[in-house]
Amino acid sequence: VSAPATQAPTRHLDWLESEAIHVLREVAGQCRRPALLFSGGKDSAVVLELALKAFRPGPLPFPLLHIDTGHNFPEVLAFRDGRVAEIGERLVVRHVEDSIRTGRVVLDAPGGSRNRAQSVTLLDAIAEFRFDALVGGARRDEEKARAKERVFSVRDAWSQWDPRRQRPELWSLYNARVPENWHVRVFPLSNWTELDVWRYIARERIRVPELYLAHRREVIRRDGALVAVTPLTPPAPGDTVEYLSVRFRTVGDILCTAPVESDADTLERVVAETAAATLSERGASRLDDRVSEVAMELRKREGYF
Amino acid sequence: LNASVTALGDRHQDAHADRGVLRFLTCGSVDDGKSTLIGRLLYDTRSLLADTLAQIEALSRRRGHPGTDYSLVTDGLEAERAQGITIDVAHRYFSTARRKFIVADAPGHEQYTRNMVTAASAADLAVLLVDARHGPVEQTRRHATLAALLGIEQIVLAVNKMDLVGWSSSRFAGIAAAFSAWAGTGAPAAARVTAVPVCAVDGGNLATRSPHSPWYDGPTLLEALESARTSAEVAEASPLRLPVQWVCRPQADSPRLHAGRIEAGVLRVGDEVTVLPAGVAARIARISVAARPRESARAGDPVMVALDPAVDVVRGDLIVPNDPRLHPPLRERRLAMTLCWLSDTPFAPAREYLLRHGASETRARVTEVTAALDVHTLRWSEGTLPPVGRNAIVRAIVDAQQAVRADRYASSRATGGVLLVDGGTGDTLAAGLLA
Repeated sequence: VSAPATQAPTRHLDWLESEAIHVLREVAGQCRRPALLFSGGKDSAVVLELALKAFRPGPLPFPLLHIDTGHNFPEVLAFRDGRVAEIGERLVVRHVEDSIRTGRVVLDAPGGSRNRAQSVTLLDAIAEFRFDALVGGARRDEEKARAKERVFSVRDAWSQWDPRRQRPELWSLYNARVPENWHVRVFPLSNWTELDVWRYIARERIRVPELYLAHRREVIRRDGALVAVTPLTPPAPGDTVEYLSVRFRTVGDILCTAPVESDADTLERVVAETAAATLSERGASRLDDRVSEVAMELRKREGYF
Repeated sequence: LNASVTALGDRHQDAHADRGVLRFLTCGSVDDGKSTLIGRLLYDTRSLLADTLAQIEALSRRRGHPGTDYSLVTDGLEAERAQGITIDVAHRYFSTARRKFIVADAPGHEQYTRNMVTAASAADLAVLLVDARHGPVEQTRRHATLAALLGIEQIVLAVNKMDLVGWSSSRFAGIAAAFSAWAGTGAPAAARVTAVPVCAVDGGNLATRSPHSPWYDGPTLLEALESARTSAEVAEASPLRLPVQWVCRPQADSPRLHAGRIEAGVLRVGDEVTVLPAGVAARIARISVAARPRESARAGDPVMVALDPAVDVVRGDLIVPNDPRLHPPLRERRLAMTLCWLSDTPFAPAREYLLRHGASETRARVTEVTAALDVHTLRWSEGTLPPVGRNAIVRAIVDAQQAVRADRYASSRATGGVLLVDGGTGDTLAAGLLA
């Protein structure tokens, strides 16, 4: 009888690494103007690492692209820029702020989350650079709507994701051919789980922003989740500010990224904690997915990853 | 399919060995309890997290289900929830101490042959569900035939709902025998079949032994999955196949490196190889796997190699052993294949398509359709054939502009499959299994 994975098997990490490298090389071989989305978050840090493994000692065959919501943790941006400088590759940044200024984006609420708004900025960046492939770090285990996502996912000129128009993927013969102005989104981490990601980060000693490790910071409890106290998320009158040991499991828009209480201050402890976790990554730390059970699917159709 | 019902894999393997990744697909009719079985496997391997579990418990209560309805775990897209059936391939993940599993959940509805073909193409093993009350039905045989056609050599026959037949050992033995008898006569390839009596609702013989089947001494479903062989393990014994995906040029004047994944065989520094289609010989000077220097690499490894001398290589070339006897048997422009038509756009005899093989692509036309598989009778018919549209499986002759250097699908799944692509829309139209 099998117990859940408590020891640390590693052969499956080799398998996942191999699959991801194969996928990245297909992007390079098949697409004319690909880009790799790099936000500085842990999943994109892993994809970047895999790209280096796929193409070094040569240059990366694509630029890095970040859609900056303007609601980032400064530590994450510093990490992003530091990493880009180290590897000597090109980073393109486009700002949701600019889309708001030009009227391309009108927020539902002025102070609200910009997770949805970034779809518009992304679309504009695709048009500007005529990208025909965008590589991202999304995983199928994150949410039900993603479970049926392809590794190479076809998007039309509006970046729309139509579950019925997705191509069958057989063996590992990926197909990135699309009509003019369409593109593919490519997910090399499709078959990874959050635990796989952490085990791989720990095994390969991949650097990630320190926010992912336990640290003490000021937080407020709100609707059963923690909210970090930042200039964008100041305490409201009546809020009780606590000083707790927390870490982030995802680091998106500050307004909808919640830390969790944790003492895991090393990668190994994060792995152990993730293995024992009882709440899924999005359930624990993405406030925007709580809006509705089908929130992710609706956002995907709008061109979100 | 081999007629004998045997235990899968090597039962004597170290129980704690790290077995990598196994991909399997599940197939069954709509009411066989397939979703429940997957949901329950996820639950029993503690792959369901508290919030997901809380969600499905709440939904179960709301729908008046007496316990937890584990089938809700795999409930997918909004549109499908409304329809109440699964309409596409969904992927699920779970792990044990020995292995990570990737489950491709293929739908049971008969018009979705295409999804099953897709899911089967990458699977190492198929779990076929049958309802213990009914035994193997037409659809069971269809799924077994498709699994065998796609080269799956290991089948687990999960005889589900054993509780509804009082965990009758004779009922189970009868079903296993009936399946084997059929499999011994009608199916196209050799596979090993392991029959397991299970009850998905209470998890009996999935991850833990059911107290109701003391008469059964075979593996639980999970044990069968943990000990099964992977396609890469099988491919390691075959001659080297290294399709070149990408040519790396570190600097303008430094030697080129050739990147690809070894699809079959092994590779060592010093090996003499031939680069096809040019047919030029070279020696492997250096190997790295995921940017780590290595003396050797094997099927499944993503490598980068330096050749000596530095011969010209482009994406789409194939590196094979320097021994003509170990080259791919196919080097023709006229290819016989089994075509599985996947697209809503039907086959048009006048049209030209793109044929994809490994990292290479060439123009192609389907010049003859010689036979069609009736997925109901599982018989091949010749003569006057119906038009080839979605879900059709036919034997065809395809003329390619350039010779394709490939293996027969029956001898190499990794290098014996091709795609037909629409050059305009880019859509994947059909999958071809080279004969």
